[in-house]
Amino acid sequence: MIEINNLRKSFGAKVILDGVNLTVQKGKITVIIGRSGEGKSVLIKHLIGLIKPDSGEIILDGRDITSISEKDFNTVLGRFGMLFQSAALFDSMDVAGNVGFALREHTSLSEREVMDKVSEKLRRVGLTGVERMMPSELSGGMKKRVGLARAIIMDPEIVLFDEPTTGLDPVMSDSIGDLILETQRQQKTTYFVITHDITLTYKIADTIAMLHKGRIIESGTPEEMKASANPVVRQFIEGRAEGPIKVA
Amino acid sequence: MTGFFEDIGRYTVRVVNSTGLLCAMLLKSFLYIFTPPRLNIRNVFKQMEFVGVQSLFVVILTGSFTGMVLALQSYTALKRFGAESMVGPTVALSMARELGPVLTGLMVAGRAGSAMATELGTMRVTEQVDALFTMGVNPMKYLVVPRVLAGLLMLPLLAIVTDFVGSVGGYMIGVKYLGINSGVYIGRTLDYVTTGDIFEGLIKSLFFGLIIAITACYNGYYATGGAKGVGKAATSAVVMGCVLILVSDYILTSIMM
Ligand SMILES: Nc1ncnc2c1ncn2[C@@H]1O[C@H](COP(=O)(O)OP(=O)(O)OP(=O)(O)O)[C@@H](O)[C@H]1O
Ligand SMILES: [Mg+2]
Repeated sequence: MIEINNLRKSFGAKVILDGVNLTVQKGKITVIIGRSGEGKSVLIKHLIGLIKPDSGEIILDGRDITSISEKDFNTVLGRFGMLFQSAALFDSMDVAGNVGFALREHTSLSEREVMDKVSEKLRRVGLTGVERMMPSELSGGMKKRVGLARAIIMDPEIVLFDEPTTGLDPVMSDSIGDLILETQRQQKTTYFVITHDITLTYKIADTIAMLHKGRIIESGTPEEMKASANPVVRQFIEGRAEGPIKVA
Repeated sequence: MTGFFEDIGRYTVRVVNSTGLLCAMLLKSFLYIFTPPRLNIRNVFKQMEFVGVQSLFVVILTGSFTGMVLALQSYTALKRFGAESMVGPTVALSMARELGPVLTGLMVAGRAGSAMATELGTMRVTEQVDALFTMGVNPMKYLVVPRVLAGLLMLPLLAIVTDFVGSVGGYMIGVKYLGINSGVYIGRTLDYVTTGDIFEGLIKSLFFGLIIAITACYNGYYATGGAKGVGKAATSAVVMGCVLILVSDYILTSIMM
Protein backbone atom coordinates (compact mmCIF):
# COMPACT_ATOMS: atom_id res chain seq x y z
CA MET A 1 0.00 0.00 0.00
CA ILE A 2 1.18 3.49 -0.84
CA GLU A 3 0.01 6.51 1.08
CA ILE A 4 0.59 10.01 -0.22
CA ASN A 5 0.29 12.65 2.49
CA ASN A 6 -0.01 16.34 1.81
CA LEU A 7 2.41 16.31 -1.11
CA ARG A 8 3.43 19.75 -2.34
CA LYS A 9 5.54 20.80 -5.29
CA SER A 10 6.11 24.11 -7.03
CA PHE A 11 8.31 24.96 -9.99
CA GLY A 12 9.45 28.52 -9.39
CA ALA A 13 6.33 30.44 -8.50
CA LYS A 14 4.06 27.92 -10.19
CA VAL A 15 2.31 25.62 -7.72
CA ILE A 16 1.73 22.23 -9.33
CA LEU A 17 0.85 19.95 -6.41
CA ASP A 18 -0.90 21.74 -3.59
CA GLY A 19 -1.34 19.13 -0.88
CA VAL A 20 -2.13 15.82 -2.58
CA ASN A 21 -3.61 13.12 -0.32
CA LEU A 22 -4.17 9.68 -1.76
CA THR A 23 -4.09 6.01 -0.80
CA VAL A 24 -3.11 3.44 -3.40
CA GLN A 25 -4.45 -0.01 -2.56
CA LYS A 26 -2.21 -3.01 -2.85
CA GLY A 27 -3.03 -5.36 -5.71
CA LYS A 28 -5.54 -2.96 -7.21
CA ILE A 29 -5.64 -0.60 -10.17
CA THR A 30 -5.80 3.03 -9.15
CA VAL A 31 -6.44 5.52 -11.94
CA ILE A 32 -5.69 9.22 -11.63
CA ILE A 33 -7.63 11.40 -14.03
CA GLY A 34 -7.17 15.07 -14.67
CA ARG A 35 -6.69 17.59 -17.42
CA SER A 36 -3.51 18.08 -19.41
CA GLY A 37 -0.95 20.09 -17.52
CA GLU A 38 -2.59 19.50 -14.13
CA GLY A 39 0.56 17.82 -12.87
CA LYS A 40 -0.27 14.15 -13.35
CA SER A 41 3.16 13.33 -14.70
CA VAL A 42 4.73 15.36 -11.90
CA LEU A 43 2.77 13.30 -9.36
CA ILE A 44 3.80 9.95 -10.81
CA LYS A 45 7.43 11.04 -10.98
CA HIS A 46 7.35 11.74 -7.26
CA LEU A 47 6.40 8.13 -6.59
CA ILE A 48 9.52 6.84 -8.29
CA GLY A 49 11.90 9.47 -6.97
CA LEU A 50 12.48 11.35 -10.22
CA ILE A 51 11.19 14.51 -8.56
CA LYS A 52 11.63 15.41 -4.90
CA PRO A 53 8.68 17.10 -3.20
CA ASP A 54 8.89 20.48 -1.46
CA SER A 55 7.03 18.92 1.44
CA GLY A 56 4.82 15.95 2.25
CA GLU A 57 5.37 12.21 2.44
CA ILE A 58 5.01 9.11 0.33
CA ILE A 59 4.69 6.12 2.65
CA LEU A 60 5.49 2.74 1.17
CA ASP A 61 5.01 -0.10 3.66
CA GLY A 62 5.42 2.22 6.61
CA ARG A 63 8.47 4.06 5.28
CA ASP A 64 8.63 7.56 3.87
CA ILE A 65 10.45 7.08 0.57
CA THR A 66 10.95 10.79 -0.07
CA SER A 67 13.54 11.08 2.67
CA ILE A 68 15.52 7.83 2.55
CA SER A 69 19.13 7.53 1.40
CA GLU A 70 20.04 7.04 -2.22
CA LYS A 71 21.21 3.51 -1.51
CA ASP A 72 17.97 2.49 0.22
CA PHE A 73 16.05 4.09 -2.56
CA ASN A 74 17.69 1.78 -5.05
CA THR A 75 16.09 -1.21 -3.32
CA VAL A 76 12.78 0.64 -3.40
CA LEU A 77 13.23 1.18 -7.14
CA GLY A 78 13.54 -2.57 -7.60
CA ARG A 79 9.91 -2.90 -6.53
CA PHE A 80 8.70 -0.45 -9.19
CA GLY A 81 8.31 -0.59 -12.93
CA MET A 82 7.29 2.36 -15.05
CA LEU A 83 5.78 2.88 -18.46
CA PHE A 84 6.51 6.41 -19.61
CA GLN A 85 4.17 8.70 -21.48
CA SER A 86 6.44 8.58 -24.53
CA ALA A 87 7.42 4.92 -23.85
CA ALA A 88 11.01 6.23 -23.50
CA LEU A 89 12.55 3.24 -25.26
CA PHE A 90 16.32 3.51 -25.64
CA ASP A 91 16.65 4.26 -29.32
CA SER A 92 20.21 3.01 -29.49
CA MET A 93 19.05 -0.52 -28.62
CA ASP A 94 16.74 -3.00 -30.31
CA VAL A 95 13.57 -4.28 -28.65
CA ALA A 96 15.32 -7.18 -26.93
CA GLY A 97 17.99 -4.82 -25.64
CA ASN A 98 15.32 -2.57 -24.20
CA VAL A 99 13.15 -5.24 -22.62
CA GLY A 100 16.10 -7.18 -21.22
CA PHE A 101 17.99 -4.11 -20.06
CA ALA A 102 17.30 -4.44 -16.32
CA LEU A 103 18.04 -8.17 -16.42
CA ARG A 104 21.42 -7.54 -18.00
CA GLU A 105 22.23 -4.77 -15.54
CA HIS A 106 21.04 -6.38 -12.33
CA THR A 107 21.17 -10.15 -12.74
CA SER A 108 23.79 -12.62 -13.81
CA LEU A 109 21.48 -14.57 -16.10
CA SER A 110 23.05 -15.99 -19.24
CA GLU A 111 22.27 -14.34 -22.56
CA ARG A 112 20.02 -17.28 -23.41
CA GLU A 113 18.01 -16.98 -20.20
CA VAL A 114 17.65 -13.24 -20.75
CA MET A 115 16.35 -13.81 -24.27
CA ASP A 116 13.89 -16.44 -23.03
CA LYS A 117 12.48 -14.04 -20.46
CA VAL A 118 12.38 -11.22 -22.99
CA SER A 119 10.40 -13.33 -25.45
CA GLU A 120 8.06 -14.48 -22.70
CA LYS A 121 7.27 -10.91 -21.62
CA LEU A 122 6.89 -9.80 -25.21
CA ARG A 123 4.39 -12.63 -25.76
CA ARG A 124 2.51 -11.44 -22.71
CA VAL A 125 2.07 -8.02 -24.28
CA GLY A 126 1.02 -9.61 -27.55
CA LEU A 127 4.20 -9.26 -29.57
CA THR A 128 6.22 -11.97 -31.28
CA GLY A 129 9.23 -11.82 -33.56
CA VAL A 130 10.01 -8.18 -32.85
CA GLU A 131 13.14 -8.79 -30.77
CA ARG A 132 15.56 -7.46 -33.36
CA MET A 133 13.54 -4.43 -34.42
CA MET A 134 14.69 -0.94 -33.48
CA PRO A 135 12.33 1.44 -31.63
CA SER A 136 12.22 3.76 -34.65
CA GLU A 137 10.63 0.94 -36.66
CA LEU A 138 7.75 0.46 -34.22
CA SER A 139 4.29 2.04 -34.28
CA GLY A 140 3.07 4.03 -31.28
CA GLY A 141 1.01 1.11 -29.99
CA MET A 142 3.89 -1.33 -30.35
CA LYS A 143 6.18 1.08 -28.51
CA LYS A 144 3.77 1.18 -25.57
CA ARG A 145 3.63 -2.61 -25.55
CA VAL A 146 7.39 -2.91 -25.59
CA GLY A 147 7.52 -0.28 -22.86
CA LEU A 148 5.11 -2.34 -20.79
CA ALA A 149 7.15 -5.50 -21.34
CA ARG A 150 10.23 -3.59 -20.19
CA ALA A 151 8.38 -2.26 -17.14
CA ILE A 152 7.34 -5.73 -15.99
CA ILE A 153 10.50 -7.67 -16.87
CA MET A 154 11.69 -7.77 -13.25
CA ASP A 155 8.20 -8.73 -12.01
CA PRO A 156 7.76 -5.54 -9.97
CA GLU A 157 5.14 -5.24 -7.23
CA ILE A 158 4.06 -1.81 -8.39
CA VAL A 159 3.79 -0.59 -11.96
CA LEU A 160 3.27 3.06 -12.85
CA PHE A 161 1.67 4.03 -16.14
CA ASP A 162 1.88 7.56 -17.48
CA GLU A 163 -0.88 7.89 -20.08
CA PRO A 164 -0.71 4.40 -21.58
CA THR A 165 -3.17 5.20 -24.39
CA THR A 166 -2.33 8.75 -25.45
CA GLY A 167 -1.86 8.99 -29.18
CA LEU A 168 -3.37 5.59 -29.94
CA ASP A 169 -6.50 4.81 -31.95
CA PRO A 170 -9.57 3.60 -29.98
CA VAL A 171 -9.10 -0.04 -30.94
CA MET A 172 -5.46 -0.04 -29.91
CA SER A 173 -6.38 1.85 -26.73
CA ASP A 174 -8.91 -0.83 -25.87
CA SER A 175 -6.40 -3.59 -26.43
CA ILE A 176 -3.88 -1.79 -24.20
CA GLY A 177 -6.66 -1.69 -21.60
CA ASP A 178 -7.11 -5.45 -21.95
CA LEU A 179 -3.39 -5.91 -21.60
CA ILE A 180 -3.30 -3.86 -18.42
CA LEU A 181 -6.09 -5.97 -16.95
CA GLU A 182 -4.51 -9.27 -17.98
CA THR A 183 -1.02 -8.49 -16.76
CA GLN A 184 -2.37 -7.11 -13.52
CA ARG A 185 -4.61 -10.10 -12.78
CA GLN A 186 -1.93 -12.67 -13.40
CA GLN A 187 0.33 -11.35 -10.69
CA LYS A 188 -1.98 -9.26 -8.51
CA THR A 189 0.34 -6.34 -9.04
CA THR A 190 -0.43 -2.82 -7.81
CA TYR A 191 -1.06 -0.64 -10.85
CA PHE A 192 -1.06 3.15 -10.71
CA VAL A 193 -2.34 4.62 -13.95
CA ILE A 194 -2.50 8.22 -15.04
CA THR A 195 -4.74 9.14 -17.92
CA HIS A 196 -7.33 11.48 -19.32
CA ASP A 197 -8.90 8.64 -21.29
CA ILE A 198 -12.29 8.14 -19.63
CA THR A 199 -13.13 4.98 -21.58
CA LEU A 200 -9.91 3.36 -20.41
CA THR A 201 -10.54 4.55 -16.88
CA TYR A 202 -13.92 2.82 -16.62
CA LYS A 203 -12.51 -0.29 -18.21
CA ILE A 204 -9.66 -0.88 -15.80
CA ALA A 205 -10.12 1.14 -12.60
CA ASP A 206 -10.76 -0.30 -9.16
CA THR A 207 -10.41 3.20 -7.75
CA ILE A 208 -10.55 6.53 -9.58
CA ALA A 209 -9.15 9.76 -8.19
CA MET A 210 -9.37 13.12 -9.86
CA LEU A 211 -6.51 15.60 -9.73
CA HIS A 212 -7.61 19.20 -10.13
CA LYS A 213 -5.81 22.42 -9.25
CA GLY A 214 -3.08 20.55 -7.40
CA ARG A 215 -5.34 18.43 -5.20
CA ILE A 216 -7.28 15.19 -5.32
CA ILE A 217 -10.77 16.62 -5.34
CA GLU A 218 -12.59 13.32 -5.28
CA SER A 219 -11.93 9.60 -5.30
CA GLY A 220 -13.97 6.42 -5.27
CA THR A 221 -15.05 3.40 -7.26
CA PRO A 222 -16.14 3.95 -10.86
CA GLU A 223 -19.80 3.77 -9.73
CA GLU A 224 -19.25 6.35 -7.02
CA MET A 225 -17.48 8.66 -9.46
CA LYS A 226 -20.26 8.30 -12.03
CA ALA A 227 -22.73 9.34 -9.35
CA SER A 228 -20.56 12.20 -8.12
CA ALA A 229 -22.30 15.45 -7.32
CA ASN A 230 -19.11 17.47 -7.80
CA PRO A 231 -19.65 19.57 -10.94
CA VAL A 232 -15.94 19.53 -11.82
CA VAL A 233 -15.86 15.73 -11.76
CA ARG A 234 -19.12 15.53 -13.71
CA GLN A 235 -17.84 17.89 -16.38
CA PHE A 236 -14.62 15.94 -16.79
CA ILE A 237 -16.09 12.45 -16.96
CA GLU A 238 -18.85 13.63 -19.27
CA GLY A 239 -16.30 15.47 -21.40
CA ARG A 240 -18.13 18.78 -21.73
CA ALA A 241 -16.54 22.15 -22.57
CA GLU A 242 -19.02 24.14 -20.50
CA GLY A 243 -18.97 23.91 -16.73
CA PRO A 244 -16.77 24.97 -13.81
CA ILE A 245 -13.52 23.98 -15.61
CA LYS A 246 -12.63 26.87 -17.87
CA VAL A 247 -10.66 26.21 -21.01
CA ALA A 248 -8.10 28.95 -21.34
CA MET B 1 17.58 50.60 -13.91
CA THR B 2 16.66 47.99 -11.33
CA GLY B 3 15.81 45.74 -14.26
CA PHE B 4 19.39 46.01 -15.44
CA PHE B 5 20.83 44.96 -12.08
CA GLU B 6 18.27 42.21 -11.77
CA ASP B 7 19.41 40.90 -15.15
CA ILE B 8 23.04 40.97 -14.06
CA GLY B 9 22.12 39.19 -10.84
CA ARG B 10 20.12 36.55 -12.62
CA TYR B 11 22.88 36.03 -15.14
CA THR B 12 25.48 35.67 -12.38
CA VAL B 13 23.36 33.13 -10.54
CA ARG B 14 22.95 31.16 -13.74
CA VAL B 15 26.66 31.13 -14.49
CA VAL B 16 27.59 30.11 -10.95
CA ASN B 17 24.88 27.46 -11.00
CA SER B 18 25.95 25.88 -14.25
CA THR B 19 29.63 26.02 -13.36
CA GLY B 20 28.76 24.17 -10.18
CA LEU B 21 26.77 21.53 -12.07
CA LEU B 22 29.59 21.07 -14.56
CA CYS B 23 32.22 20.67 -11.85
CA ALA B 24 30.00 18.26 -9.97
CA MET B 25 29.57 16.21 -13.11
CA LEU B 26 33.33 16.18 -13.62
CA LEU B 27 34.03 15.03 -10.07
CA LYS B 28 31.28 12.43 -10.10
CA SER B 29 32.38 10.96 -13.39
CA PHE B 30 35.84 10.32 -11.95
CA LEU B 31 34.40 8.98 -8.73
CA TYR B 32 32.04 6.62 -10.55
CA ILE B 33 34.91 5.01 -12.44
CA PHE B 34 35.98 3.35 -9.23
CA THR B 35 32.75 2.88 -7.30
CA PRO B 36 30.55 -0.21 -7.73
CA PRO B 37 28.67 -1.45 -9.70
CA ARG B 38 31.34 -2.25 -12.22
CA LEU B 39 31.66 -0.01 -15.21
CA ASN B 40 30.11 -1.30 -18.41
CA ILE B 41 33.27 -1.84 -20.47
CA ARG B 42 31.33 -2.46 -23.64
CA ASN B 43 29.94 1.08 -23.47
CA VAL B 44 33.43 2.47 -23.01
CA PHE B 45 34.63 0.67 -26.13
CA LYS B 46 31.62 1.82 -28.08
CA GLN B 47 32.38 5.43 -27.19
CA MET B 48 36.08 4.99 -27.92
CA GLU B 49 35.17 3.73 -31.35
CA PHE B 50 32.85 6.66 -31.84
CA VAL B 51 35.27 9.33 -30.65
CA GLY B 52 38.44 7.76 -31.99
CA VAL B 53 37.94 5.54 -34.99
CA GLN B 54 35.16 7.59 -36.50
CA SER B 55 37.15 10.81 -36.20
CA LEU B 56 40.17 9.30 -37.93
CA PHE B 57 39.30 10.37 -41.44
CA VAL B 58 38.63 14.01 -40.64
CA VAL B 59 41.72 14.19 -38.43
CA ILE B 60 43.96 12.74 -41.16
CA LEU B 61 42.56 15.18 -43.68
CA THR B 62 43.03 18.29 -41.54
CA GLY B 63 46.39 17.10 -40.19
CA SER B 64 47.97 16.46 -43.56
CA PHE B 65 46.80 19.69 -45.12
CA THR B 66 47.96 21.67 -42.11
CA GLY B 67 51.39 20.04 -42.34
CA MET B 68 51.52 20.87 -46.02
CA VAL B 69 50.61 24.51 -45.61
CA LEU B 70 53.01 24.84 -42.68
CA ALA B 71 55.83 23.64 -44.94
CA LEU B 72 54.95 26.24 -47.57
CA GLN B 73 54.65 29.07 -45.07
CA SER B 74 57.77 28.30 -43.08
CA TYR B 75 59.72 27.85 -46.31
CA THR B 76 58.71 31.36 -47.42
CA ALA B 77 59.77 32.78 -44.08
CA LEU B 78 62.94 30.75 -43.52
CA LYS B 79 64.25 31.35 -47.04
CA ARG B 80 64.63 35.02 -46.18
CA PHE B 81 67.50 34.23 -43.86
CA GLY B 82 68.72 31.22 -45.73
CA ALA B 83 67.51 28.61 -43.31
CA GLU B 84 65.41 26.48 -45.67
CA SER B 85 66.82 23.35 -44.08
CA MET B 86 64.86 24.20 -40.92
CA VAL B 87 61.47 23.64 -42.57
CA GLY B 88 61.33 20.09 -41.23
CA PRO B 89 61.80 20.91 -37.55
CA THR B 90 59.48 23.91 -37.85
CA VAL B 91 56.67 21.81 -39.21
CA ALA B 92 57.21 18.97 -36.76
CA LEU B 93 57.52 21.23 -33.72
CA SER B 94 54.43 23.24 -34.59
CA MET B 95 52.48 20.07 -35.13
CA ALA B 96 53.66 18.27 -32.00
CA ARG B 97 53.50 21.15 -29.55
CA GLU B 98 50.53 23.10 -30.79
CA LEU B 99 48.60 22.31 -33.90
CA GLY B 100 48.31 18.57 -33.52
CA PRO B 101 46.49 18.68 -30.18
CA VAL B 102 44.54 21.87 -30.85
CA LEU B 103 43.34 21.01 -34.34
CA THR B 104 42.39 17.52 -33.24
CA GLY B 105 40.56 18.98 -30.27
CA LEU B 106 38.61 21.46 -32.36
CA MET B 107 37.71 18.90 -35.02
CA VAL B 108 36.58 16.31 -32.49
CA ALA B 109 34.62 18.93 -30.54
CA GLY B 110 32.78 19.75 -33.75
CA ARG B 111 32.20 16.17 -34.76
CA ALA B 112 31.91 14.01 -31.65
CA GLY B 113 31.08 16.72 -29.11
CA SER B 114 28.01 17.92 -30.94
CA ALA B 115 26.86 14.37 -31.61
CA MET B 116 27.27 13.42 -27.95
CA ALA B 117 25.32 16.45 -26.79
CA THR B 118 22.57 15.70 -29.30
CA GLU B 119 22.35 12.08 -28.22
CA LEU B 120 22.23 12.80 -24.50
CA GLY B 121 19.89 15.75 -25.03
CA THR B 122 17.49 13.58 -26.99
CA MET B 123 17.63 10.94 -24.29
CA ARG B 124 16.87 13.60 -21.69
CA VAL B 125 13.88 15.20 -23.40
CA THR B 126 12.35 11.85 -24.40
CA GLU B 127 12.58 10.61 -20.78
CA GLN B 128 15.16 7.93 -21.60
CA VAL B 129 17.40 9.32 -18.88
CA ASP B 130 14.50 9.04 -16.43
CA ALA B 131 13.87 5.51 -17.63
CA LEU B 132 17.47 4.55 -16.83
CA PHE B 133 17.02 5.91 -13.33
CA THR B 134 13.76 4.02 -12.75
CA MET B 135 15.48 0.80 -13.78
CA GLY B 136 17.98 1.29 -11.00
CA VAL B 137 20.84 2.42 -13.23
CA ASN B 138 22.70 5.61 -12.36
CA PRO B 139 22.26 7.63 -15.56
CA MET B 140 25.33 9.74 -14.98
CA LYS B 141 27.52 6.72 -14.50
CA TYR B 142 25.99 4.88 -17.41
CA LEU B 143 26.05 7.77 -19.88
CA VAL B 144 28.76 10.21 -18.86
CA VAL B 145 31.62 8.06 -17.58
CA PRO B 146 32.16 6.07 -20.82
CA ARG B 147 32.19 9.28 -22.82
CA VAL B 148 34.65 11.01 -20.52
CA LEU B 149 36.94 7.99 -20.59
CA ALA B 150 36.71 7.81 -24.36
CA GLY B 151 37.63 11.49 -24.65
CA LEU B 152 40.58 11.09 -22.31
CA LEU B 153 41.94 8.00 -24.04
CA MET B 154 41.27 8.79 -27.67
CA LEU B 155 42.32 12.42 -27.99
CA PRO B 156 46.01 11.74 -27.34
CA LEU B 157 45.92 8.89 -29.85
CA LEU B 158 44.25 11.09 -32.43
CA ALA B 159 46.77 13.85 -31.73
CA ILE B 160 49.61 11.42 -32.48
CA VAL B 161 47.96 10.60 -35.78
CA THR B 162 47.63 14.30 -36.58
CA ASP B 163 51.27 14.91 -35.65
CA PHE B 164 52.34 12.07 -37.89
CA VAL B 165 50.28 12.86 -40.97
CA GLY B 166 51.14 16.55 -40.53
CA SER B 167 54.83 15.75 -40.60
CA VAL B 168 54.39 13.48 -43.59
CA GLY B 169 52.48 16.26 -45.36
CA GLY B 170 55.27 18.69 -44.53
CA TYR B 171 57.84 16.25 -45.86
CA MET B 172 55.99 15.76 -49.11
CA ILE B 173 55.83 19.49 -49.74
CA GLY B 174 59.29 20.25 -48.38
CA VAL B 175 61.12 17.48 -50.22
CA LYS B 176 59.05 16.66 -53.28
CA TYR B 177 57.78 20.13 -54.10
CA LEU B 178 60.24 22.63 -52.61
CA GLY B 179 63.25 20.45 -53.28
CA ILE B 180 64.81 20.29 -49.84
CA ASN B 181 67.18 17.35 -49.53
CA SER B 182 65.38 14.40 -48.00
CA GLY B 183 68.26 13.44 -45.68
CA VAL B 184 68.60 17.01 -44.46
CA TYR B 185 64.88 17.35 -43.88
CA ILE B 186 64.61 14.20 -41.79
CA GLY B 187 67.97 14.70 -40.07
CA ARG B 188 67.17 18.23 -38.95
CA THR B 189 63.74 17.17 -37.76
CA LEU B 190 65.23 14.43 -35.60
CA ASP B 191 67.93 16.80 -34.32
CA TYR B 192 65.52 19.41 -33.06
CA VAL B 193 62.33 17.65 -32.05
CA THR B 194 62.48 15.87 -28.68
CA THR B 195 60.13 13.39 -27.13
CA GLY B 196 59.41 16.11 -24.57
CA ASP B 197 57.78 18.20 -27.30
CA ILE B 198 55.56 15.34 -28.30
CA PHE B 199 54.78 14.56 -24.68
CA GLU B 200 53.69 18.13 -23.95
CA GLY B 201 51.32 17.95 -26.89
CA LEU B 202 49.87 14.74 -25.58
CA ILE B 203 49.30 16.21 -22.13
CA LYS B 204 47.38 19.00 -23.80
CA SER B 205 45.26 16.63 -25.81
CA LEU B 206 44.42 14.71 -22.66
CA PHE B 207 42.91 17.87 -21.25
CA PHE B 208 41.19 18.66 -24.53
CA GLY B 209 39.60 15.20 -24.56
CA LEU B 210 38.25 15.77 -21.09
CA ILE B 211 36.93 19.21 -22.03
CA ILE B 212 35.17 17.93 -25.15
CA ALA B 213 33.49 15.05 -23.34
CA ILE B 214 32.44 16.95 -20.26
CA THR B 215 31.05 20.00 -22.08
CA ALA B 216 29.14 17.73 -24.46
CA CYS B 217 27.76 15.60 -21.64
CA TYR B 218 26.90 18.59 -19.49
CA ASN B 219 24.97 20.36 -22.23
CA GLY B 220 23.17 17.23 -23.36
CA TYR B 221 22.46 15.77 -19.94
CA TYR B 222 20.80 18.92 -18.67
CA ALA B 223 19.01 19.83 -21.90
CA THR B 224 15.43 21.06 -21.60
CA GLY B 225 12.76 22.22 -23.98
CA GLY B 226 12.20 19.55 -26.61
CA ALA B 227 13.85 19.35 -30.01
CA LYS B 228 14.81 23.02 -29.92
CA GLY B 229 16.56 22.51 -26.60
CA VAL B 230 18.52 19.61 -28.04
CA GLY B 231 19.71 21.77 -30.93
CA LYS B 232 20.76 24.45 -28.49
CA ALA B 233 22.62 21.89 -26.40
CA ALA B 234 24.63 20.76 -29.42
CA THR B 235 25.55 24.31 -30.35
CA SER B 236 26.53 25.21 -26.79
CA ALA B 237 28.58 22.04 -26.51
CA VAL B 238 30.66 22.94 -29.56
CA VAL B 239 31.07 26.62 -28.69
CA MET B 240 31.87 25.92 -25.04
CA GLY B 241 34.21 23.08 -25.98
CA CYS B 242 36.16 25.11 -28.55
CA VAL B 243 36.48 28.18 -26.33
CA LEU B 244 37.64 26.11 -23.38
CA ILE B 245 40.14 24.27 -25.56
CA LEU B 246 41.72 27.50 -26.78
CA VAL B 247 41.78 29.11 -23.34
CA SER B 248 43.21 26.05 -21.63
CA ASP B 249 45.70 25.69 -24.48
CA TYR B 250 47.20 29.04 -23.54
CA ILE B 251 47.23 28.22 -19.85
CA LEU B 252 48.77 24.78 -20.37
CA THR B 253 51.39 26.15 -22.74
CA SER B 254 52.46 28.84 -20.32
CA ILE B 255 52.65 26.34 -17.47
CA MET B 256 54.72 23.80 -19.40
CA MET B 257 57.10 26.30 -21.05
N1 LIG C 1 10.85 19.94 -14.42
C1 LIG C 1 9.91 20.91 -14.52
N2 LIG C 1 10.26 22.20 -14.38
C2 LIG C 1 9.35 23.18 -14.49
N3 LIG C 1 8.05 22.96 -14.73
C3 LIG C 1 7.62 21.70 -14.87
C4 LIG C 1 8.55 20.60 -14.78
N4 LIG C 1 7.85 19.46 -14.97
C5 LIG C 1 6.58 19.83 -15.16
N5 LIG C 1 6.42 21.16 -15.11
C6 LIG C 1 5.17 21.90 -15.25
O1 LIG C 1 4.21 21.28 -14.45
C7 LIG C 1 2.94 21.31 -15.08
C8 LIG C 1 2.33 19.95 -15.05
O2 LIG C 1 3.04 19.11 -15.93
P1 LIG C 1 2.70 17.58 -16.13
O3 LIG C 1 3.64 17.07 -17.17
O4 LIG C 1 2.69 16.89 -14.84
O5 LIG C 1 1.23 17.63 -16.72
P2 LIG C 1 0.29 16.39 -17.06
O6 LIG C 1 -0.87 16.47 -16.14
O7 LIG C 1 1.07 15.15 -17.07
O8 LIG C 1 -0.20 16.77 -18.52
P3 LIG C 1 -0.32 15.83 -19.82
O9 LIG C 1 -1.63 15.16 -19.69
O10 LIG C 1 -0.29 16.80 -20.94
O11 LIG C 1 0.84 14.91 -19.82
C9 LIG C 1 3.15 21.87 -16.46
O12 LIG C 1 2.68 23.18 -16.47
C10 LIG C 1 4.65 21.84 -16.66
O13 LIG C 1 5.04 22.97 -17.40
MG1 LIG D 1 1.88 13.93 -18.45
